[in-house]
Amino acid sequence: MLAPSYATPREKLSYFVFALFCALVFLFLIGPILVIMPLSFSSEPWFTYPLPGLSLRWYIDFFTDERWRIALQNSGIVALFATLIATGLGTLAALGLSRGNVPFAGLILSILISPMIVPVVIVAVAMFFGFAAVGLNNTYLGLILAHAILGTPFVVITVTATLTGFDRTLTRAAASLGASPWTAFRTITLPLIAPGVTSGALFAFVTSWDEVVVALFLASPDQRTLPRQMFSGIREQISPTITAAATLLVFFAALLMLTLELLRRRSERLRGTGG
Amino acid sequence: MAVAALPGEAGPDVDRTSLKTKLRRAERVNRARSFSLVAPLLLFVLAVFALPIGLMLVRAVENTEVRETMPRTIAALDGWDGQATPGEDVFAAFADELVQTQKDRTTALVGKRINYEVPGARSRFLKAGRLVDAGGGGPWREKFLAADPEWGSVEFWAIMKRAGATFTPYYLLTSLDLRQDAQGAVGRNFADQSIFVDIFFRTIWISLLVTLATLVLGYPVAHLLAILPPRHANVLMILVLLPFTTSILVRTTAWIVLLQSNGVLNDILLALNLTTERVQLIFNRFGTVLAMTHIQLPFTILPIYSVMKSIPPSHLRAARSLGAGPLTAFVSVYMPQTLPGVGAGCLLTFILSLGYYITPALVGGPQDQMVSYFVALYTNREMNWGQASALGAILLLITLALYALFNRLVGIDKVKLG
Amino acid sequence: MQMKSLKMTLSALALSATCGAAVAADSLTITSWGGAYQTSQDEAYYKPYTAKTGTKIVQEEYNGEAARIRAMVESGNTTWDAVDVDAATAQQGCDEGFLTPIDYSKFGGEAAFVKGSTFECGIPTIIYSTIYAYDADKIKDGPTTIAGLFDTKKWPGKRSLQKTPFGNLEFALMADGVPADKVYETLKTKEGVDRAFKKLDTIKKDIVWWEAGAQPPQLLASGEVVMATAWNGRIFNANKVDKKNFKIVWDGQLMDYDLWSIPKGVKDLDAVYKFIEFASSPEAQAAQTKYISYGPALLAATPLVSPDILKDLPTAPANAKTALANDPVFWGDNKEELLKRFNTWIAQ
Repeated sequence: MLAPSYATPREKLSYFVFALFCALVFLFLIGPILVIMPLSFSSEPWFTYPLPGLSLRWYIDFFTDERWRIALQNSGIVALFATLIATGLGTLAALGLSRGNVPFAGLILSILISPMIVPVVIVAVAMFFGFAAVGLNNTYLGLILAHAILGTPFVVITVTATLTGFDRTLTRAAASLGASPWTAFRTITLPLIAPGVTSGALFAFVTSWDEVVVALFLASPDQRTLPRQMFSGIREQISPTITAAATLLVFFAALLMLTLELLRRRSERLRGTGG
Repeated sequence: MAVAALPGEAGPDVDRTSLKTKLRRAERVNRARSFSLVAPLLLFVLAVFALPIGLMLVRAVENTEVRETMPRTIAALDGWDGQATPGEDVFAAFADELVQTQKDRTTALVGKRINYEVPGARSRFLKAGRLVDAGGGGPWREKFLAADPEWGSVEFWAIMKRAGATFTPYYLLTSLDLRQDAQGAVGRNFADQSIFVDIFFRTIWISLLVTLATLVLGYPVAHLLAILPPRHANVLMILVLLPFTTSILVRTTAWIVLLQSNGVLNDILLALNLTTERVQLIFNRFGTVLAMTHIQLPFTILPIYSVMKSIPPSHLRAARSLGAGPLTAFVSVYMPQTLPGVGAGCLLTFILSLGYYITPALVGGPQDQMVSYFVALYTNREMNWGQASALGAILLLITLALYALFNRLVGIDKVKLG
Repeated sequence: MQMKSLKMTLSALALSATCGAAVAADSLTITSWGGAYQTSQDEAYYKPYTAKTGTKIVQEEYNGEAARIRAMVESGNTTWDAVDVDAATAQQGCDEGFLTPIDYSKFGGEAAFVKGSTFECGIPTIIYSTIYAYDADKIKDGPTTIAGLFDTKKWPGKRSLQKTPFGNLEFALMADGVPADKVYETLKTKEGVDRAFKKLDTIKKDIVWWEAGAQPPQLLASGEVVMATAWNGRIFNANKVDKKNFKIVWDGQLMDYDLWSIPKGVKDLDAVYKFIEFASSPEAQAAQTKYISYGPALLAATPLVSPDILKDLPTAPANAKTALANDPVFWGDNKEELLKRFNTWIAQ
């Protein structure tokens, strides 16, 4: 299938080796995730195959243990608000930058993207010191602001990407037909950039949902998030409840992937660049 | 520009200038409007992100412990010539201020600061604190010297004097395995305290290994994704992206389960008779690089893929039809065109690898911990915030330099997700 | 429904932003060492206390990082109401002013506790010991002295040690032939410290480091290591609850105290004292020994402990023959240097 029709037998062999190598890399990518899922259904607390028996005890544990429940709830609250802030500010900024007349646009963009680049420990330690001074440590607000910062680069990048293919004459046409800027934005721009905004928001959400380092530094027991709970689990009490939590998170991620893929298709359809 | 676009527009000069000004004003308004869209996020990032980092950088050279608790001792030391043990004025001020630090329970903190440069100083300060608590009054010089001859050390007082300055290069120097002696000359630090240069090189080395591994594994996969029909490519793309959106902790847990001595991989190796005893795969360099490669692989693949996607397949076919062998065609026609993607992917992975903390902490051994781990260690465990900040500052500098390079070569706006 | 949950989260946000953890009146955050030990505290102290008073106990875990207490105190937002600390931290916390001096009159004076266990900023709760253990199902002819921990010829394989100089230096010296009563004297000299590190060097490549007390039994159970230093109660608990056959080597055990401490700046000092008073009652202290084999520090509790538990305590005469008592003054004075040197050594 991969080899062109004019390939020699030797070439076909090398294509086979190539395909095999790629298959192994895919196995490497996906294998570890597949391996831990069945362990969450094990009846014994050891991470070994073959499974001694099947049970749902770790899921029951996950949903009944107050700590996991609170962690789940905290992660939801923090990720939701962080996503709202990141998406709102990020979309506005991408819109502004894409108009092409912002002074020092290159520098500003570099600054806006930098939270993605700066090592997260530095962000965490800096905020730990900085937030302490204004009493934001150990509060939901502090954690939300920090996670919003980490999420904005993704929103800026995805929205900017949708806007590069955006035909500006459309809004001008709307304006010349008497639409107010807000109407033009609402009826023309927004539907076109919506897939970009949504996928940016999803990335921002995942960033907060998965974030552990900042949570380690900034959160008190009251704001313990899911990754934070998993982290102390892995380090302190390696219980299979973690694999149950992990499996739930993988399903969550898969769901998210599916949404992203659908959005991408929709965006391609809208812009007529599919195929 | 805008004016030139309106040729043949007749009218008196006055009108033209007013039109010009109007246009300029319109442009200015437009620019201001654009900027006002960007401003909220910019301000947000500057206030919540850039400002705390800036303050952290100040901490790397800040030196408040002694200056704030023992100002009079420091003032008395101003008049000291640095040749022989200071006189009673210095000791009297010192004893006086010790009474206060004993009350505030800050003696140990001042001692701890001096202890960084003079081993044993912390306990000596605590003993001195108990000495002044016992009361009895001066003259203090003799009392201190009788209690511990080390109080007579010229070197100690020189360092004490230096520790009273507003800023100190101590933490940055230590981060580079350097130290300043009592006379202020900079030389190499003691061997049993020199680890940081090693750790920076280790961080760079691990990042290089991870970058190389992701390239070797990712390049063929990117190629496959680029040449497959979109229907198949999209399905495989999900396999690349699924780990991308799965929590780092989930993936790290998976590797622990796979790699531990009685883990899945060892079971397989034993079952296949590839080894006779269980192999150490985790809590070492191998496990660290493997788990990091797994996490970084999508970051390397995606930029390479998007460049490969833009290379017309006709190029390869043309090379073949002109007589080039398959390998020659691939190496001399195809590969050079993929270099921008390779550069972007590798640089991105390298930059992100430099800042790893969680993964090495969970699957690495003590010899695999990178700079970030020590930033966290000095913040959380040792309470040496100056050292944490100094290490962070150097790591930040390296990262930002590479980021600037990336921006020049690739442009951060070219990065695509998904 | 959505509106309601949104409102709930909003009010939660507002609450946390304005008054932090000011709800302390009906809940206390208590930090301890996790694992089986914390479970024993939950059973013997937290649950009965909540049942009796209605005060909710929020449990937090740590690995003895004093810095986390100090950082919290310095940031002016103390969220831990009581912390279970080791003796060195109780000493350090007083020296550096991040722990509250204890009012012993609430506890019947210092004489109510095992002699030498009381600290200015800490009320003793248990006597525990750091020992080393092996899986008797895997090693038939196991070691009986501290030297066995370092004997990789006779018992090859990985060992797990705690990632701290504390304890390891003492074990190294005792394994190298220094008698228990000379250990701290030796460690006070540079040669002594060198000697300890040199001994540790001999097994460095075989060490898997642990940080949380729950790890050693797990590392032994999974076969990741052949022997591990551990807190004796954790091994006892693995044998009792998980039906393991781990064997404790009591020779050269390092005895120490765990203490309740109160970080500076807690919201409701009286409420914290009330809890600690409850946890320092003879009944509660004796009850804890049912869940973990640590000796009560309260003298009045010992008669209430059942005899078949007493034999597993570090203080049982058969176990304590060559025991070394931790010297908190030594560690208070030398922690900084030794920690620095240890961190450099371990990272190289």
